[in-house]
Parts: sequence; C-alpha cells; structure tokens
Amino acid sequence: MSTVLDRVTKVIVDRLGVEESEVKLEASFTGDLGADSLDVVELVMELEDEFDMEISDEDAENMATVGDAVTYIEKKQA
Amino acid sequence: MSKLAGKTAIITGASRGIGAEIARKFAADGAKVVVNYSGSQEKAEAVVADIQANGGEAIAVKANVSDAESVKAMVDETMKTFGSVDILVNNAGITRDNLMMRMKDDEWDDVININLKGVFICTKAVTRQMMKQRAGRIVNIASIVGVMGNAGQANYVASKAGVIGLTKTTARELASRGITANAVAPGFITTDMTDQLTDEVQKAMLGQIPLNRFGAPEDVAKAALFLASDDASYMTGQTLHLDGGMVM
Repeated sequence: MSTVLDRVTKVIVDRLGVEESEVKLEASFTGDLGADSLDVVELVMELEDEFDMEISDEDAENMATVGDAVTYIEKKQA
Repeated sequence: MSKLAGKTAIITGASRGIGAEIARKFAADGAKVVVNYSGSQEKAEAVVADIQANGGEAIAVKANVSDAESVKAMVDETMKTFGSVDILVNNAGITRDNLMMRMKDDEWDDVININLKGVFICTKAVTRQMMKQRAGRIVNIASIVGVMGNAGQANYVASKAGVIGLTKTTARELASRGITANAVAPGFITTDMTDQLTDEVQKAMLGQIPLNRFGAPEDVAKAALFLASDDASYMTGQTLHLDGGMVM
C-alpha cells in the first residue's frame, strides 16, 4: 500500500510533468513546480478522484505546498 | 451529415423555441442530446420522442439552471447515461420586459438569475468534465440586443451583454484545456416569445432589418451546430451576429 505522499507525488508528476525528485513536501505548486492557477484547480480535482474525497474551495485555496495537500488528506482520512 | 457523431450535448431550455430546434439539429447530426427543461416536461418529452423517432438519442432532464445543485444533478445524470459531456449550449432564457422606471427588483433579479447566473452555473458544472477530457465546446445563446441595447429590456439586455463578456472570459480561462466558448447573438427570431408582439411592433422591427425578414430558429441552430463542431475549432471568444444585418 503506497503512502499518501507517494500517491500525491504521482498525481503531481503526471499532471505537471515535473521530476519526482522535485516533489518535496515544502515545494509550492505555483512557485516551485511551475503550476498556474488552473493547474492547481485541476490538481485538486485529481486528488479528489485519487482519494475519493471532496475538497472544498476554501480548503483548496489554503493548499500551497505538497506538504499542505498531504497533511490535509491524511487528516481527512483519519 | 454527422458532424457531432459520438458527442454528448446538454442543451438548456430545450423544450421549445430555439433550444428545441438546436436539440433536433444536433441529434440529426449524430449527437446524444440532453433536452433540459424547467417547467415544460410534456414539451421536453415531445422533443425527445421526436428525436428518437428520427433515429437519434436523447433524454429529457429537469433542472433549474440558476440552481447549482439541480444543474450538478443534471450533469451527473448525463455522465451516467452517455458517459461524457462534450458540448454545452446555454440557451435557457426568460424575459420580464418593462421600462426601467417601472421595473421591479424581482423582474431584474429573475432575468439575471436565469439568463446570466444560469450560464455561469452550467458552464462551471461541465468544466470539470471537459477539462479532464481536454476538449469541450460551450455555445452561449446571447442576443443582438445585448450588443445594441433595447428600450424596455434593461434586465434582458444586461443579462445578454453579460453573457457575451462571460463567453470571452470562459474562452480565455479554458483555451489551454482545449475548450472553446463562443456565443450566438440572434436578432428577431420567430418563436413563442416574438409571436406575442403586436403587428405594429413587428412592423417597426422589420424596418430595422436590412434583410427585411425575421429569422427562424433553424438559422440559430445552424450557427450553434457550426460552433459546436470541429469546423469551428480555431474560433473562441467570438459572438456571431445572426440578425439579418441589424448590427454591423
């Protein structure tokens, strides 16, 4: 069973076309990973599908880094 | 003739008038059609039956376009039935005409809610699926009065001018995902809505139309078909005027 981070990383690599090594917890989607605002919206959509959960717009707006997403998903799954 | 083969199209306000004509036209060109209606269930079902009798595929789905939950349910039902949403035609519209001095707030609100907010809600609701597909066509039915203004229709004109602006923004926001958005701005088209006008008013209108005749719903359906098809793949953010030359 892969970890939340593994699965989040895979979604990011597929969506943004970045190297796996670039996907660090502190990496910001728009600053470090080159996502534009629409990419972030899509990323959240795919995370919703991957983890079968709904992420509200308010929560999505607070997700700036890979770590934010992982923490949010882990908390919601707990 | 199957420009829309394999495509699924949601057409709002398709139980009569221009919307019904677009539904029939799209189905005849191979699209699987969702005939949306809010009140006229019988008429919507008649449009579906008509399409099926001609060998096409269609379902009637009730939804109030100004209510996000009901629109979401319509999109979900479309996905369940047909498996994709390739085309959205935002056609649903109402009028509550009155001189601005006499216009009530709720006359203003009703028209803006259905005609403008409805386009926003429906567009938002299909965008997720279209983004995933990396393809989609959004066709908004505006009106020529949204370009030129019209006494007695402050609410309707504002809503249709708003739709033209919203079309341009939708086009810009979603272009990178293979989704186009264009509008059709019909002039005077013969429908239930225009049949209510007095002969005098109709005559005055003709005087403003260089081609000297009213358009037919079929004219609008043809333009919508073009915008929804691959023929228009290099066009986005535009408004086609179908008005017999009223505005040039």
